[in-house]
Amino acid sequence: MIALMIALGAAVGAPARYVADRTVQSHHDTLFPWGTLGVNVVASFVLGLLTGAQDHLSAHLLALLGTGFCGALSTFSTFSYETMRLVQDRARFYAAANVAISLAAGLGAAALGWSVGTSFG
Amino acid sequence: MPRESEPGNRRARWRAEPAIGRPDPDVIDPDVDLHDPAQRGELAAHRWDLLVAIALGGVIGAEGRYALSEALPHGGDAFPWSTVLVNASGSLLIGVLMVLVLELLSPHRLLRPFLGVGLLGGYTTYSTFAVDAQRLVLAHRPLIALLYVAVTVTLCYATVVLGSAATRTVGAMLRAGARQAVR
Repeated sequence: MIALMIALGAAVGAPARYVADRTVQSHHDTLFPWGTLGVNVVASFVLGLLTGAQDHLSAHLLALLGTGFCGALSTFSTFSYETMRLVQDRARFYAAANVAISLAAGLGAAALGWSVGTSFG
Repeated sequence: MPRESEPGNRRARWRAEPAIGRPDPDVIDPDVDLHDPAQRGELAAHRWDLLVAIALGGVIGAEGRYALSEALPHGGDAFPWSTVLVNASGSLLIGVLMVLVLELLSPHRLLRPFLGVGLLGGYTTYSTFAVDAQRLVLAHRPLIALLYVAVTVTLCYATVVLGSAATRTVGAMLRAGARQAVR
């Protein structure tokens, strides 16, 4: 049952990442991977929220929304790959900024989500 | 003699295939050239078979990540090895995949979205990485949290570079071998 919940969440999360990434990237002409950054920050916030409130949530809901949806909505492989491409394209400032902003915003979003989730619970 | 990996050649093929077509190796987004307004516009159009392929890959990847986290469980104040392993192996594999797809092979148009966006994207996770770090901080292990973040970022960057460089080297060797065989 947990595995089924994860499958359902991931079946929505992965295409949602693609659509969100394409929607963000189609609005501007830049090397900076705003789309991946955006989905990773949103997913970190939501997973932080769920983890903060996990005592009040069922294991099935955590599997569906946390492991399945947030896990598939966010990506580390694309983050690594895009950072490497920026370095290879000699956009080293963008590469460093991508790592710095992703870490600051992602970790900050998780912490913020967690504290919001705890206060709800 | 023009080679397949020459950008000009590839760009020409993009134009010849107006559907979700050939990726351009020169741009950061592997599917479209963001400098070309016409291609940028195509980003708004989504195809159902593409989204289904991505969803299917995402489900397989997420189940793989879950299986690994169950096989290597860790407490809230321990170093999250399973997440490191998932993200580093996924980064290695996307390095391999992108060189195969963009430089060495001409696979079906749904293969890269299925494997790259879906499977590896669903397998690796940024949200669990961020929440793992937060969990360590809240468990009063700030140094472990710092180490975890540094190890993950460094290792994932190293593995994507290794994956793409190794695949490119093997591809060049195979190509040289094939040329020798023709002679």
